Amino acid sequence: MTVLTRDQADEAPAPPSGRVPVARRTSRLGRWWVPWAFLAPALVLFTYFKFIPMGQAFVMSFQDVQPYLGNSWVGWENYRALLETDEFLSAAGHTAIIAVAQTAGAVLVGFALALLLEGQARRLWFVRSAAFLPVVVPTAVIAELWRIIYHPTDDGLANSILGFFLIEPSQWINSPDTSLLSVILVGIWRDAPYDMIIIIAGLVGVDRSLYEASALDGAGWVRRIRYVTLPALRPAMAILLTLAAIRAMRIFTEVYLLTNGGPNGSSEVLMTLIYRLGFERVELGVAAAGSVVLLLATIVLTLLVRSGVRKEDS
Amino acid sequence: MSKNLDTALGLGAQNRWWLRATTVLVCVLVVLTFAGPLVAILVGAFDANRDPSRLSLVPTDVTLDNWRAALNRDVLHYLGNSLFVVGVGLLLQMGVSVLAAYALARKKFRGAGVVLVLILATMMLPEEILAIPLAVVLSDLPLLHLNLTDSLAGMIVPIVAWGFAILVMTEFMKEVPKELEEAARLDGAGELRVFWSVVLPTVTPALGVIGVFGFTMIWDQYLLPLLVASDAKTYTLPLALSSLRADPEVGIGVVLVASTLAMVPSILAFLGFQRSFMRGISAGAIKG
Repeated sequence: MTVLTRDQADEAPAPPSGRVPVARRTSRLGRWWVPWAFLAPALVLFTYFKFIPMGQAFVMSFQDVQPYLGNSWVGWENYRALLETDEFLSAAGHTAIIAVAQTAGAVLVGFALALLLEGQARRLWFVRSAAFLPVVVPTAVIAELWRIIYHPTDDGLANSILGFFLIEPSQWINSPDTSLLSVILVGIWRDAPYDMIIIIAGLVGVDRSLYEASALDGAGWVRRIRYVTLPALRPAMAILLTLAAIRAMRIFTEVYLLTNGGPNGSSEVLMTLIYRLGFERVELGVAAAGSVVLLLATIVLTLLVRSGVRKEDS
Repeated sequence: MSKNLDTALGLGAQNRWWLRATTVLVCVLVVLTFAGPLVAILVGAFDANRDPSRLSLVPTDVTLDNWRAALNRDVLHYLGNSLFVVGVGLLLQMGVSVLAAYALARKKFRGAGVVLVLILATMMLPEEILAIPLAVVLSDLPLLHLNLTDSLAGMIVPIVAWGFAILVMTEFMKEVPKELEEAARLDGAGELRVFWSVVLPTVTPALGVIGVFGFTMIWDQYLLPLLVASDAKTYTLPLALSSLRADPEVGIGVVLVASTLAMVPSILAFLGFQRSFMRGISAGAIKG
């Protein structure tokens, strides 16, 4: 999808004559190692902190990892141990629910916000900036904030709002029935403004004359959105939705700090489970197997999306 | 007519008073929903209130007691750790990014395609997926045999090379006209001079983009410091938040002070570099 074309070096006009042949030769070709020298820091760091750990994850996933005692090969045992546990299946299910619900919710709210806050007025610019703040605030702060909002007493903010609509107070993150929903609401609150900005950028590209034409045809705003705005936004929306879903698959910090997977594993996601396996139960081999599964799922989803987008393009 | 339909809903040009009132009301609601709770954190940090369920936009009893208590809980030390990590990390990250981008954007060389694929691949390998093996690697760096556990360096080195920053920078550097570079070379400028005095000064807006994104990315780090720090002396502010909350002797006020300290720098960075930020978002959305 990324179009990173090669340098258009050949398009530059050649110097008129051979007056400065030496300088010209080096500028055209340069010494072969020059680009590698510029790339070296990035490549070394990527090797150390991306590629070696990835290789390590694969190796460890086939080993019984025992610090100080030496590792032994166990074949597919770690993967079997992982896939046979109920907690893995339920964590995968919760992750999928979060990915779908949070992504869809954030795009819907983001779309509504974009329609309401689209425009040039200075007041709208201020409102958009204010709404965007949750996106830049550290996740850990967001989690502490929502722990206060979700305070389970009647006078907690979330329960006060429910009370305003005459709804019974909820236990939110403290009840297995609502913990997952609570995590999703926080995610929607945080992602919606981000989606709003991207959708507004897309709305700028909508042909204004189509709006006028639809108005002349007597179409109201509902039909205008349905037949003019939405079709124009489709490409941006497709990318937005899939990127968000892929990102949601590795959700960790919010869940770790809000519910830590609980109560009773009711909001356990893949990453909190992997963390628990690795650092609390010190089953590094099984945790590595979990990481590999998560990586494969991400790659498969990404490739599916890319081929889907390419098909749409052609 | 054309003015009426500048936007999909055509709200801007409505003159009926109740419609205008509704739009203002909607704006107020949106600001309250998204920015209100964050303002409440700030207000709560200066409020003597000890009720853990209360969030308010108006302080009832303004005080600095929370801040005094927070100082006693080493909050400044955690802030210092966070600032060190983000300062050194961002500087190195931007340096590595512009160097790599220069090679990718301005040089034609065998293997460039492979490098690009490798960089795209790293973007599918975030800290979350690599958490377990990354912790193992950081406790004993291959070849160097360094143990970075419980050091701020361990939180910095993994985020110095960042695919997103490199790719954004590469895109910007491609726009620099070839003629500028050629002219400098004819004047006898060497490779480093072309990089430093010709290409780099023309991409300063891009430095703003990768700078503000890098800052937000590093400042938001949670899992990586969690993997590296086992002792409270290496905690960053985000890590300290949950341990402060769990401490029964610490009131909600101290947690709100620490939250304010963690929140304000990122908000300032966003407000200061808003244009760069929005630019980067559209770039990132298109690129994936």
